[in-house]
Amino acid sequence: MTAHTTHATGVELVDYDDAVVRFDPVIGIEVHVELGTRTKMFDSAEQVFGAEPNTAVTPVSLGLPGALPVVNGTAVEYALRIGLALNCQIAETCRFARKNYFYPDVPKNFQTSQYDEPIAFEGHLDVELQDGTIFRVEIERAHLEEDAGKNTHVGGVTGRIHGAEYSLVDYNRAGIPLVEIVTKPITGAGARAPEVASAYVRSLRDIFRTLGVSQARMERGNVRADVNLSLRPTPESPLGTRTETKNVNSFRSVERAVRYEVSRQAAILASGGTVVQETRHWHEDTGITTPGRVKSDAEDYRYFPEPDLVPIAPSREWVEAIRASLPEMPAARRARLQQDWDYSDLEMRDVVNAGAIELVEATIAAGSTPAAARKWWMGELARTAKTTDVELEQLPITPAQVGELQALVDAGRINDKLARQVLEGVLAGQGSPEEVLVARGLEVVSDDGVLLAAVDEALAAQPDVAAKVRGGNLGPVGAIIGAVMKATRGQADAARVRELVLERITQS
Amino acid sequence: MGTSTTATGATDLTRLSAAELATRLAAGEVSSVEVTQAHLERIAAVEPSVHAFLHIDDDGALATARDVDARRSAGERLHALAGVPIAVKDIVVTKDLPTTAGSKILQGWIPPYDATITTRLREAGLPILGKTNMDEFAMGSSTEHSAFGNTHNPWDLDRIPGGSGGGSAAAVAAYEAPLAIGTDTGGSIRQPGAVTGTVGVKPTYGGVSRYGLIALASSLDQAGPVTRTVLDSALLHELIGGHDPRDSTSIPEPLPPLVEAARAGAAGDLRGVRVGVVTELGGEGYQPGVRARFEESLELLRGAGAEIVEVSCPHFTYALGAYYLILPSEASSNLAKFDGMRFGLRVVPDGGDGLAATAERVMSATRGAGFGDEVKRRIILGTYALSAGYYDAYYGSAQKVRTLIQRDFAAAFEQADVLVSPTAPTTAFKLGEKLDDPLAMYLNDVATIPANLAGVPGMSVPNGLSDDGLPVGLQILAPAKADDRLYRVGAALEALLESTWGGPLLARAPELEVAR
Repeated sequence: MTAHTTHATGVELVDYDDAVVRFDPVIGIEVHVELGTRTKMFDSAEQVFGAEPNTAVTPVSLGLPGALPVVNGTAVEYALRIGLALNCQIAETCRFARKNYFYPDVPKNFQTSQYDEPIAFEGHLDVELQDGTIFRVEIERAHLEEDAGKNTHVGGVTGRIHGAEYSLVDYNRAGIPLVEIVTKPITGAGARAPEVASAYVRSLRDIFRTLGVSQARMERGNVRADVNLSLRPTPESPLGTRTETKNVNSFRSVERAVRYEVSRQAAILASGGTVVQETRHWHEDTGITTPGRVKSDAEDYRYFPEPDLVPIAPSREWVEAIRASLPEMPAARRARLQQDWDYSDLEMRDVVNAGAIELVEATIAAGSTPAAARKWWMGELARTAKTTDVELEQLPITPAQVGELQALVDAGRINDKLARQVLEGVLAGQGSPEEVLVARGLEVVSDDGVLLAAVDEALAAQPDVAAKVRGGNLGPVGAIIGAVMKATRGQADAARVRELVLERITQS
Repeated sequence: MGTSTTATGATDLTRLSAAELATRLAAGEVSSVEVTQAHLERIAAVEPSVHAFLHIDDDGALATARDVDARRSAGERLHALAGVPIAVKDIVVTKDLPTTAGSKILQGWIPPYDATITTRLREAGLPILGKTNMDEFAMGSSTEHSAFGNTHNPWDLDRIPGGSGGGSAAAVAAYEAPLAIGTDTGGSIRQPGAVTGTVGVKPTYGGVSRYGLIALASSLDQAGPVTRTVLDSALLHELIGGHDPRDSTSIPEPLPPLVEAARAGAAGDLRGVRVGVVTELGGEGYQPGVRARFEESLELLRGAGAEIVEVSCPHFTYALGAYYLILPSEASSNLAKFDGMRFGLRVVPDGGDGLAATAERVMSATRGAGFGDEVKRRIILGTYALSAGYYDAYYGSAQKVRTLIQRDFAAAFEQADVLVSPTAPTTAFKLGEKLDDPLAMYLNDVATIPANLAGVPGMSVPNGLSDDGLPVGLQILAPAKADDRLYRVGAALEALLESTWGGPLLARAPELEVAR
């Protein structure tokens, strides 16, 4: 008997763990990455994020009558970098095609894309899961295309077109170069399908950044994922009917969307129903998917080779030169850094899973030891990030500041307890570690004269304790030390205080 | 190339060729303002009967003329054609000047940019007299599919001026402009040239930038000169041709020397030139008068030393069929952008049916009201040909035919330096005669279409009058990037014919009634 729950929206869901016992999930992921070229895919309009609507446009990006496309050579090079990094074969020659459909955000009412002749194909990416397992994702193709404009629907409740009074189109985004990377059906992930999906998208994001082909900022939509999912009774069964959930734009959402679709489709199949092949919308807030536009006849895009462009034929010399100049890929880099830093597998995985690898590396570069860098980022800072619900890299502290903090500890100017207070000040925006230390007067009291005065005062205030200690009973000495620490607001070195107390008693 | 005089005794500047005007302008004998003004006056006088123009830009043309005159008197080095006015087909985008492509859907659109051709004309200082009439989006062979009325053939106002570039050809034939720009997707420069007794050249595909030409069929479209003499075409071709980085299909090489070839050809010596007569482009379906003039010209060429050889291009038989799949396919996609969203006509459904005016409904209403029947016919045809399940049978097969036609040309050019044929099977037909019979209309382009499918250059030269007293054309075809051969042979034929006629063919055209 399978456990069913009914979601608040009235959709029947099967508990995820039960669903993956009864069904074998198959995923397929299409990732679009906006290339960080200076100009657009087919025209000289500059890419500007956040510019006034419809200012980063030319007759070409507006699709004005007579305008013609010209391929951006840098975009081709970036696509080749991506293809090579994903272990793809590179086409000897390939053409663009027109994908015809009417929609106001597509200025020409066709998108210039690649259809049966992608620039890169037949590759793979080895993805590391949380427990260190390597999962190979087979890549079907990576192709170049142009982005559409951006619609804003005004007057509706949901921000979607339904119910809106009117819509505005901003063509600044129209024509921005995209590479679309399409996986083959990903099988064999089983219950780990959500994790595999998320880890794959994260790996791609890391690769885009490493390659320098995109800022790859998920929150800006630089990287967008469409998640296909189908279920089948057993891994031996033919593939089931899939749904395509569009625009799932964070790692966590990818994972959640897969989980949700597994549960939803399992409920349909378990009750003897059939899954409808359709595109679905992802709702970040509620964590559910809903049916998107019904495609019907719009499915026929009437692809044909773009007659306004000539084929791209990247010379083998160029391809090999790009291959030779590829930077170290994230997986290789992780292996190298783990060795350099002398982290255990578990320590390294924690750093990787926390997305802290660049932060740790930069902290070490700022002078910290690998152990200390890890201690801060995986300790105090990870806790802060968790309680404030932000990513580590969004914390208002730089790796250089963490390095500076550790240097203060290493120099004996603050102890660990004071360091945490300094950190709190830095995170509160009170300045650099040094500035916080000075402003809050948190430096360790290293002046023996000041400490001795405090010791004498404590001994005088607790004559009975002093007597016991003098009598050779060292047990209660902690009370004296505690009083001194309290008097110095924790800024004394407890070990030194102990020495001074014992010194004072033997002297008298 | 005689000059005539007006009643006042002054030379009628509108009767001069562009080359003659250029010489007089350079010598300071006339000013560009005088030349431009003369043409604007001629336009005002004959437009009521010809209607070659959709838009006349007196102010803009005169401003350019004044500027050129000033620069010339300041001693500035100018282009050879500086100050010679020109008419531009309304499919070429002109900044701040209306551009409609003969369609209601673009009525009122003022482009914010210039086509590369326009830029080159402006930079060389050619006053743009206006924009010429055409079949809507260049779909047609008679200019009757213009949304803005018919253009009349200056030889017989009841007849069509050819198409789609009937406006440019009629303007040149009626002395409204010495030069015009046309575009040729299946014969739209050459066929109007033939039926109006003017010269028209379709350059090698990629020889003239397409940036700023409103696309009909991207893989077939090519802009070129429309003039009264072969030399004038060479002058204009050299000005507008050559590589343009804004057009990916533009040939990244310099043009061959065209003016030089035209001047050399005018000497009438064709010794060593092999002229191929294409078997498939003649015979049945061609008017007797068309065939007779063609045979006579072959004799003239032979007499000038050319070797006449017969060549066969067996797949030309399928050219028309392939063309009417490739063209509508590309056009259906190229014309998708005309949707009322960003420019041009926008028709908002009145909402009488209680439905909201969604983007989709606005697009549909705009296209329904803005496009004419021929455009809709071809969009439907192309949409069908590209549909899943039909693509291979239609678009795919047509592309294969195209390859076979290219091979036919390659084989023919092994045997001949140029190929010749009648440009069009008939002389100009009566307005309205073929309007209800699209297939009969399409057959007009049977001889011109193969060149577009193969990307090779072609020229139509005035070739005398048929039995009905109307002009016919002779088409010359050359291998891709060998446009100079057209000019050498074309200029030779022109010289030989004019010496037998005792002057240009157009001198025999009836004088138009002039509006005062």
